[in-house]
Amino acid sequence: MSTNATATSGSNKIQRRPFVAELLKRRGNTLVVPGLGSPTWDTFASGDSPEYLYSWGGMGLAVPTALGLALAQPSRRVLALTGDGEMLMGIGSLGVVADQNPQNLSILVLDNEHFGETGRQSGLTGNKVDLCAVARGFGIERTMLVTEQGKVDELAEFLFKGQGPAFAVAKIALSEDPWRLPEKDGGTIAHRFRVALGLENP
Amino acid sequence: MASSEHWSADVFREMKARNIRTVCTIPDGGLTQLLNLVKADPAHRLVTLTTEEEGIGIATGCWLGGERAMIAMQSSGVGNCINALGLPAAFRAPCLMLVTMRGQWGEFNPWQVPMGQGTRPVLEAMGVRCFPVDKASEVGETFAAAADLAFHGRLSAAVLVSQRVIGAKGFGQK
Repeated sequence: MSTNATATSGSNKIQRRPFVAELLKRRGNTLVVPGLGSPTWDTFASGDSPEYLYSWGGMGLAVPTALGLALAQPSRRVLALTGDGEMLMGIGSLGVVADQNPQNLSILVLDNEHFGETGRQSGLTGNKVDLCAVARGFGIERTMLVTEQGKVDELAEFLFKGQGPAFAVAKIALSEDPWRLPEKDGGTIAHRFRVALGLENP
Repeated sequence: MASSEHWSADVFREMKARNIRTVCTIPDGGLTQLLNLVKADPAHRLVTLTTEEEGIGIATGCWLGGERAMIAMQSSGVGNCINALGLPAAFRAPCLMLVTMRGQWGEFNPWQVPMGQGTRPVLEAMGVRCFPVDKASEVGETFAAAADLAFHGRLSAAVLVSQRVIGAKGFGQK
């Protein structure tokens, strides 16, 4: 599945916080791997869960971490929720995802075309770079571009129901949202996540 | 446990004994036999990467999901992993690396020397326990020791297989 549209810097309309909250309401028992910075704040702002593997660092590793998790937990859906900067830093990992072809892994890029966390410097996706085309070029056949807030049901269906690796880009507005900071001790985050999977005792 | 087989067979035996199922890799000539063993066994999974740091994320994700994985790479790949090594450290997740050394023992290619010489200092600067081994007969037991430290201690550990074991590539020149 492929939806083609274009959105240029400054014209993005989707408001990330309510969009992510509405999307995660529809996740079922999907495990969520939010990338560092705003995707982690958005995820926590939507409500806490031990099934959210918050990240405070390791830029570029949201997709590889989610891939490892998807390979180890084939009966669970896994969502990597990242930003355009982190996705580009780890862009090669899309080739690894396509090659491994996990049926339970979905990726959503919250694309505001800027490095939001470091002072809102311009990124590369507002001009030339087309992430969905890149994903298809790596061999991920199912891609979707979302430019409207109202498409959350369609996106949830795409990310949480379909078979095979799925890659979606949501063109979000460059917004200033209040800090919502979850637990930052990685050992604590990992422990409660593994407890939720029945891998460790509480 | 020393054996008359190639050291890769010893490593593969120790992997199986510990349920290390997944090997993430950017290949190296010295890893060929081990990677072939992994690829040929349906109980194991070979994950070919575009850059070694992806393997750190994948192995960490595997462990968070209840499986054991490792990363196999050439020493030059260690440099690509530096920031990524913070991820398993932060999660207190195990991270096991098998590194075949270049730029070390009789290196022919001067471009391999800087990273080869820097491999161990870089790993140790990132808190990775290093297990150098320069005898083929000791690679298996060294790998086992590093794996046990990593998975039981939830630490990062790297086995550094000397270029003396692998053999230097000379492109026919002396």
